[in-house]
Amino acid sequence: MVTISINDELQQFPARPALRELLQNFRAMSPDTAFAVAVNGEFVPRAQYEALVLADGDALDIVSPVGGG
Amino acid sequence: MSGDSLTLYGESFNSRLLLGTALYPSPQTMLDAINAGRCDIVTLGLRRQSPKTRDGAQIWQAIQNTGRKLLPNTAGCKTVKEAVNLAEMSREIFATAWIKLEVIGDDYNLQPDPFGLVEAAAELIKRGFKVLPYCTDDLVLCQKLLSVGCEVLMPWGSPIGTGQGLLNKYNLRTLRERLPQVPLIVDAGIGAPSQACEAMEMGFDGILLNTAVAKAQQPALMAEAFADAIRAGRAAFLAGLMQKRQTASPSTPVIGQPFWHQHQNQQ
Repeated sequence: MVTISINDELQQFPARPALRELLQNFRAMSPDTAFAVAVNGEFVPRAQYEALVLADGDALDIVSPVGGG
Repeated sequence: MSGDSLTLYGESFNSRLLLGTALYPSPQTMLDAINAGRCDIVTLGLRRQSPKTRDGAQIWQAIQNTGRKLLPNTAGCKTVKEAVNLAEMSREIFATAWIKLEVIGDDYNLQPDPFGLVEAAAELIKRGFKVLPYCTDDLVLCQKLLSVGCEVLMPWGSPIGTGQGLLNKYNLRTLRERLPQVPLIVDAGIGAPSQACEAMEMGFDGILLNTAVAKAQQPALMAEAFADAIRAGRAAFLAGLMQKRQTASPSTPVIGQPFWHQHQNQQ
């Protein structure tokens, strides 16, 4: 099993998941939410979504706009 | 005051009030405050959000609908790496190279980390960002930020959310005097329109605030009060304030007084 932290919540997968698959889940739950992504604290541009496959222990951050000062 | 616009990174704005979009009781209240304050620039942030809650989506939709210039922040970042990566995420989502750079050095007073701030600003400017750093009122720090390419500085009046106004007027005046050509925006700690007016009278170019408006009983009315105060302070600065004097000086002419003090003249 492969363990990935998604926004600090640990999730397990039978094999290394593609970033594209993980983001499909996010989009399905919140279709109109803009978001950007970092893996292990490093920004991942949209152009890299298709090719990136996560590894055991990776941390995925998905952030969206909020009010801010 | 016609033609007196605020120019930041080559873009001109009529309003000198930059408003945050957090802490309002509702998206509509926020919109009303932005309109009442006649703001051209609004700040916003990025956070992890549960897809089950749609609060962020609603606020983002509301902010987009205003058509205002967006100034995303890196609020909460404590390291250069965090700030740089969050800035990159902001640029992708908001399609703007502008970034209000925050690198926080202390949890107690949310004071910017001056060393991390300069390093992060240098890196972001290399990457093509237009950096507006939230900084302390330290002159040498501000000079370092300019030397790495910042064209605007945003020194604090007092710590974020305290509403204590301009705590170190000596430092703020020093910044204004030593950096006369640099757009300086007082960011954070402004709690009352009078404090904003005072900063503008000192020659600051704008005010960025959030809590004082968002937490007012009537946010739109408070935003209007701030806009008026900032305009008044700016006009006073341009008009030129009188010098303070130690002794009284009559404003009505003393020559030609009709009858009083005649006994003194006869002596």
